[in-house]
Amino acid sequence: MSADHAGRHGTSAGSVLLSEGREPGPARPHAGGDPILEVRGLAKHYPLTQGILFKKQIGAVKAVDGVDFDLAEGETLGIVGESGCGKSTVAKMLVHLEPPTGGAIRYKGEDVTQLSGRALKAVRRNIQMVFQDPYTSLNPRMTVGDIIGEPYEIHPEVAPRGSRRQKVQDLLDVVGLNPEYINRYPHQFSGGQRQRIGIARGLALNPEIIVADEPVSALDVSVQAQVVNLLDRLQAEFSLSFVFIAHDLSIVRHISDRVGVMYLGRIVEIGTDEEIYDHPTHPYTQALLSAVPVPDPAAREYRERIILHGDVPSPAAIPSGCRFRTRCWKAQERCALEVPLLAVPAALRDVRTPARHDSACHFAEDTRVVPPAGLLETPEPEDAPPPPPRDDGEEGTTP
Amino acid sequence: MPEPQPWDDAAGGGAISGAGAGGAMDLAMDEGATLEKTPGGPGGTGPAGKPRSLWSDAWRDLRRNPVFIISGLIILFLVVISIWPSLITSLDPLDCDLAKAQEGSQPGHPFGFDGQGCDVYTRTVYGARTSVTVGVCATLGVSLLGGVTGGLAGFFGGTWDALLSRLTDVFFGIPVVLGGLVFLSVVTSSTVWPVIGFIVLLGWPQIARIARGSVITVKQNDYVQAARALGASHSRMLLRHIAPNAIAPVIVVATIALGTYISLEATLSYLGVGLKPPAVSWGIDISAASPYIRNAPHMLLWPAAALAVTVLAFIMLGDAVRDALDPKLR
Amino acid sequence: MLLEVRDLHVEFHTRDGVAKAVNGVNYSVAEGETLAVLGESGSGKSVTAQAIMGILDTPPGRISGGEILFKDRDLLKLGADERRTVRGREMAMIFQDALSSLNPVLSVGDQLGEMFVVHRGMSRKDARAKAVELMDRVRIPAARERVGDFPHQFSGGMRQRIMIAMAMALEPSLIIADEPTTALDVTVQAQVMDLLAELQRELDMGLILITHDLGVVADVADKIAVMYAGRIVETSPVHAIYEAPAHPYTKGLLRSIPRLDQKGQELYAIKGLPPNLLHIPPGCAFHPRCPQAREVCRTDVPPLYTVDAERRSACHFWKETLDER
Repeated sequence: MSADHAGRHGTSAGSVLLSEGREPGPARPHAGGDPILEVRGLAKHYPLTQGILFKKQIGAVKAVDGVDFDLAEGETLGIVGESGCGKSTVAKMLVHLEPPTGGAIRYKGEDVTQLSGRALKAVRRNIQMVFQDPYTSLNPRMTVGDIIGEPYEIHPEVAPRGSRRQKVQDLLDVVGLNPEYINRYPHQFSGGQRQRIGIARGLALNPEIIVADEPVSALDVSVQAQVVNLLDRLQAEFSLSFVFIAHDLSIVRHISDRVGVMYLGRIVEIGTDEEIYDHPTHPYTQALLSAVPVPDPAAREYRERIILHGDVPSPAAIPSGCRFRTRCWKAQERCALEVPLLAVPAALRDVRTPARHDSACHFAEDTRVVPPAGLLETPEPEDAPPPPPRDDGEEGTTP
Repeated sequence: MPEPQPWDDAAGGGAISGAGAGGAMDLAMDEGATLEKTPGGPGGTGPAGKPRSLWSDAWRDLRRNPVFIISGLIILFLVVISIWPSLITSLDPLDCDLAKAQEGSQPGHPFGFDGQGCDVYTRTVYGARTSVTVGVCATLGVSLLGGVTGGLAGFFGGTWDALLSRLTDVFFGIPVVLGGLVFLSVVTSSTVWPVIGFIVLLGWPQIARIARGSVITVKQNDYVQAARALGASHSRMLLRHIAPNAIAPVIVVATIALGTYISLEATLSYLGVGLKPPAVSWGIDISAASPYIRNAPHMLLWPAAALAVTVLAFIMLGDAVRDALDPKLR
Repeated sequence: MLLEVRDLHVEFHTRDGVAKAVNGVNYSVAEGETLAVLGESGSGKSVTAQAIMGILDTPPGRISGGEILFKDRDLLKLGADERRTVRGREMAMIFQDALSSLNPVLSVGDQLGEMFVVHRGMSRKDARAKAVELMDRVRIPAARERVGDFPHQFSGGMRQRIMIAMAMALEPSLIIADEPTTALDVTVQAQVMDLLAELQRELDMGLILITHDLGVVADVADKIAVMYAGRIVETSPVHAIYEAPAHPYTKGLLRSIPRLDQKGQELYAIKGLPPNLLHIPPGCAFHPRCPQAREVCRTDVPPLYTVDAERRSACHFWKETLDER
């Protein structure tokens, strides 16, 4: 990686002008059908104030600063980024835990950011969340039955009183827990089991969209795979749409149809998993991918690591122009002046490879940074054992 | 619903009974910080199949704690004699005989007589009623007033919270004894109620602060967010999710405060502004006896000892309760 | 051998009984070598490290057996004072959470300099100069200007660099890094790991890297010790273990990493839960979760079988595991 890469694309200045007529945002609908969720210009600015009595705004922390994406029905959209990039704030806004300070979240065409009262409650039923920390997301004073049954108490129209216990037991069964555990308390379960309880609660109202904020990052490595499999299976069974937020790039790739990469409050690149992982065009995505430790010592020799210098700037003082330019090895004067839009870069408009996808970079180019897929494959001999048994069921049991 | 998952009951039961302790233990070793998030601590094991709430865990702990047993027995005894003092004394605390003033121990009068010739034993027994009444009523009043205001301020935040914080600052600035001298000197009633009222007035900000802090901590937990995401109302979040989890520190502080309220009553009565004769109070008796401490120390010794033991018992109880409710301190 | 841990046992006495956190661990590190200790929470990997450093909380912990030979001296037989001089001067530790490991009310310069004042008897001024030098060495930009800054004024990655600088200050011969990059972002992780590896090479130190991340291990380690339920289940040079694990647990961990060619398929998952240390299963602790378990696994604790000159596996059926792939 060196400056001459940047030089080569210095002439593609037309990309911004050419794409101006287009609404920023992902152009191609995916997985067929209309998007169930459209997010446009979503922003969350926390005011910075000075003074005790007469508060004066002196600036704003721009945690999320103009995020656009679509979520198709039945699709899994992965959102990756480092801490502080605003991905969790996006999750909170999607489920109405934080009011956005700008932009729109359209659920089936209706902007839900302005809703309140009964209408909001109805929308909430359809967008549910799975939390990161299985230790703080379950009320320790409530039994598992009360926790999973609470959605029915809040939305009594979903299930008549008499049927609730049965429904809760069914849900426990669906997430792979013994339905007889209904009267136990959360502290009697392990992290993985608690996360299953949290997932069951998210499913109780039969939502259409599940927003999962780092659902496996707090779990032990050997248990993570169990939960990922569970989520994957539930999506198919209940035809859920997923927004899957995580920092673990390999898990995101495994579970997602499309992936958005966030940096400092914005999506800098978005596309199918193949487009993002095999043909990243944004320098940040390339750096991120190259930095992921690869579980293969042989890759030490193959890989070219892009080590980024410096730290992520404070969201209270976002650089002008391209927000990544302060750490980017390709940055030029233009990057400080023009904000790159999230669109197919002009230089890549005519290519026929998956490099043709939305990327907010003036000098986008296709650079493969992850070792070719073959390197990571476990060579399977002819008499390989059959694929692992479906074992997302009860932890601690033999299938 | 999809087909049932194959789960093996025997193995499942075994796994889960170990899970709590296993999980907590793991965390204790590799990520000490996370242990705090594991309510109940390493107390997850136990007979398989028996659901146990955190309260029952705490109770199980308390029952094994000798500090709790001793202080609990003392308090039980105090409560019983303050309801039925005649169980252990047949005399009247106001039935005095000046001729016997300051006399020492004699048959039927183990603690001797005070300056007015009243039976010290009987007065000490009856004094428990005053102390327990003041302690319990003041604590209830303080907890209710402080808990509700502090809890609401913590939950809603904003202007009310700022206002409450300033108000508690003001109350903390008032010296208790000086306030008592000013406030209670204008009261002429000889009942316990003005004293209780005064303690509640000055004591609630302390509980309000604790409740506010506790609610703010609990409010940030994901399960409260989860309830919000489900569309839960404010009252559901407060009553179902926040209050049960935020109440433990309030109970602990209130129990310890109960002891200090008893000693505060004695102090005020000693200074002559708390209870006034003919009310029976350890503070009054200590006050009356103090000039004669050289000649007749027994007059001061017994009520003072009763006061000390009572206050100590409540503070010990508070400590034991805190240990039980807060396993991470261990 | 720089460090040799022999048959180490550590117990924790809890309300509910005795938790056996470490049950006979053996490993060794030579000068200039990187040993990665891989395991999940509760595997005993951090407890072993704490026992080596002598920072185990006792009680509730108790070292109930074994030896820790450091430069041919048994650390467990040293007095508290001798132990203290070994710690810091000859071995140092880097923790996961740099913010809570640094004193918030002292400037980083003071904290770095203190090492030299206390252990080397330098003057304040010289120590300060040394601190700047160290900060330069761990590539903190503008070290001279920032030497007076406080820990909270640095970013997470920079703080971890300061921790590394502190550990390196007295040029110890052994560094124990307990999940040094877990709390950091991926792009910063790479910077910090690179720095650590580079300094280790320069100073020819032994490095024990404790982690749960198979990726980090593959990047830097020379050899690996995989721990499960307080025991070592497999030791091996790093290349061999990724090619052909000789223990079903290692194999399960490797297979449960999402791989590109498995997209859309179900991930391999090790069934069940990590064991409860109060009730470690009899026989092989992994048998309830092991797809290969047979009767003998339920009853006999597997010893560390010799796979080849450099590899050991605590599986009765290591040969099958190795062949089957």
